[in-house]
Amino acid sequence: METKRIDTDILIIGGGTAGCYGAMCLAQDENLKILVAEKANIKRSGCLAAGVNAINSYVPSYRTYDEYVDYTRNDACKIVREDLLYTVAQGFNDAAHHLEKLGLVIQKDSEGNYAMRGRWNVKINGENIKPIMAKAVAELDNVTVLNHVNIADLVYRDNRVLGAYGFGVSEKVIYKITAKAVLMCTGGAAGLYRPNNPGFSRHKMWYSPFNTGAGFAMGIKAGAEMTTFEMRFIALRCKDTIAPTGTIALGVGGKEINAMGKVYEGKYGLKTCDRVYGTLRETLEGRGPCYINTKGIGKAAADDLKKAYLNMAPSQTLKWIEAGKDASEADVEIEGTEPYIVGGHTASGYWVDTGRATTVKGLFAAGDVAGGSPKKYVTGAMAEAKIASGSIVRYLEELSEHEGDGEAVERQFDVLDEELNGYLPDKLPLYGIDDIEDAMQKIMDTYAGGIGSNYQYSEKGLEAARYKIENLEKLMPALVAKDMHELMQIYEIRERITVCKTLLVHMEARQETRWHSFGENQDHPYADDKHWLKYVNTKLQDGEIRVIFRDLVKRDEYYEHTD
Amino acid sequence: MSIQINRINCVGCGRCIEVCPGNLIKLDADKKAVIPYPRDCWGCTSCLKECKHEAINFFLGADIGGMGSILHTRQEGSRLVWEVDKWDGSKISVEVDKNRSNQY
Repeated sequence: METKRIDTDILIIGGGTAGCYGAMCLAQDENLKILVAEKANIKRSGCLAAGVNAINSYVPSYRTYDEYVDYTRNDACKIVREDLLYTVAQGFNDAAHHLEKLGLVIQKDSEGNYAMRGRWNVKINGENIKPIMAKAVAELDNVTVLNHVNIADLVYRDNRVLGAYGFGVSEKVIYKITAKAVLMCTGGAAGLYRPNNPGFSRHKMWYSPFNTGAGFAMGIKAGAEMTTFEMRFIALRCKDTIAPTGTIALGVGGKEINAMGKVYEGKYGLKTCDRVYGTLRETLEGRGPCYINTKGIGKAAADDLKKAYLNMAPSQTLKWIEAGKDASEADVEIEGTEPYIVGGHTASGYWVDTGRATTVKGLFAAGDVAGGSPKKYVTGAMAEAKIASGSIVRYLEELSEHEGDGEAVERQFDVLDEELNGYLPDKLPLYGIDDIEDAMQKIMDTYAGGIGSNYQYSEKGLEAARYKIENLEKLMPALVAKDMHELMQIYEIRERITVCKTLLVHMEARQETRWHSFGENQDHPYADDKHWLKYVNTKLQDGEIRVIFRDLVKRDEYYEHTD
Repeated sequence: MSIQINRINCVGCGRCIEVCPGNLIKLDADKKAVIPYPRDCWGCTSCLKECKHEAINFFLGADIGGMGSILHTRQEGSRLVWEVDKWDGSKISVEVDKNRSNQY
């Protein structure tokens, strides 16, 4: 195995939307050297590989940032960072305008304003959003992109990040990278729970199955504080294809109906979590399967839907064509997905200050990996990357060298080499990588509120899950990789087990049910504003995941890490 | 959910290998693209759009109701022409203009 060493000013881990935009923002300072490390290729990586159906967060001239914060706070049942929501909202429109300048097609109304879809969405053709961003990054002289490199661990000293360690996903190369600052943009975590289709189509899931929580895991291991993992995200999707339902609901006004054809939308509330919960309840009470009512929308609308889905989820279009029945002829069956941890939709992720610095010095976070700011989506990820970039520049201005950093980094690289080489011996392992994945997903499904347990969990069940996950973790060192792809798969399982362990502590700590389905605590089935209007945070300290409760941060506050 | 690579059409250019977000496509000894991990495909169709030779077909797994039809695509100017070769032998095509936004 060859070793390559790279020294850079700023390392961006993950070249999705946040990572690409972070590179664009930082590159404006010509003196900075920026490296983007990406597990796949930034042209089609991250959760927008297939494209995106709309810009979901845009503030039209007749609305205010406060309205957006109020709307999101209400949807997340008050557990949000209002300072973060307000500051992303301030950046939504600039981000959208920037995307349009780069070549994204955005629909305009007769007055030249962006055509809105619902309250906060803008109609676009988002099929090529990633190629557009990748092209813009390629044109930057001071940005180097390292495609097909999996970053596995951070190196740090005295709570200060100093670089990262990774390896090629097909090339036999180990990368030892030193950096003055790191911007974490790895996205959220999929594949923790048993998916809707555990067989051949196991990766036909809502979120990118290649986003395996690497950024969370690296941060957790480095002692970074995490927030609100217990607010899991479950998407309400088209049955089997797991394609989005929002396009149908917002586009042609389809309502959620049960098997009897009765509209149940609104009966259980209209929050994102309530829609999942309502569909589950209707099914459990014998009124399933459930659908979005599209019958009768007309041929023209059904044809437009086929085109819209080709731009983001082609499987749904194929399903309509294959079945010989389009949306005007048959209602679209819906189901909830397995739970994910994703900060672009809920409030899970790194605990950051208002400048998007994590609690580890020199480590910043943007996009789905950053917590506290749900419903930020594409433009929010970009706004966060821009805010973080500003903070990174200020951090670098004040940074001074510490004696002994070099030796500390080398010692950590040696340990990480040893760990990696441990997976390479030529021997016949007892368990395969998929076996561990299946076991992890089964444990989470059964005891930690997966699809199979109707998203419900109890303290006793969570305790069982923790015990079983910890036992599973003990099997990890015995896994064997026969090539670099399998090595990547082993690290992906490791990451997810690390995320699961933290998630279980969060779920146990919040002793209430604030969000139906997202966090359905059977021991405490009601929301309790008196005791639980606070954040549940965690931090790994001396091998133990410690829970920290923090007071809600106010909208006009500039939050800084003090303890 | 997965893809099937047509070995006759494949010229081994490696474009699909470069863009697959899961790093799931490899080049075999005959310099043809293969997918050793068909279960790990997300169904994003990045590879279909990247391929200049319509060598990649997309299909729905039987476990999610697939009936044996295949989807492929080619670019004609600003249009993406998507074609489904249906299980019953019929062909259906849908064109999407890249310069036009989604109506929904």
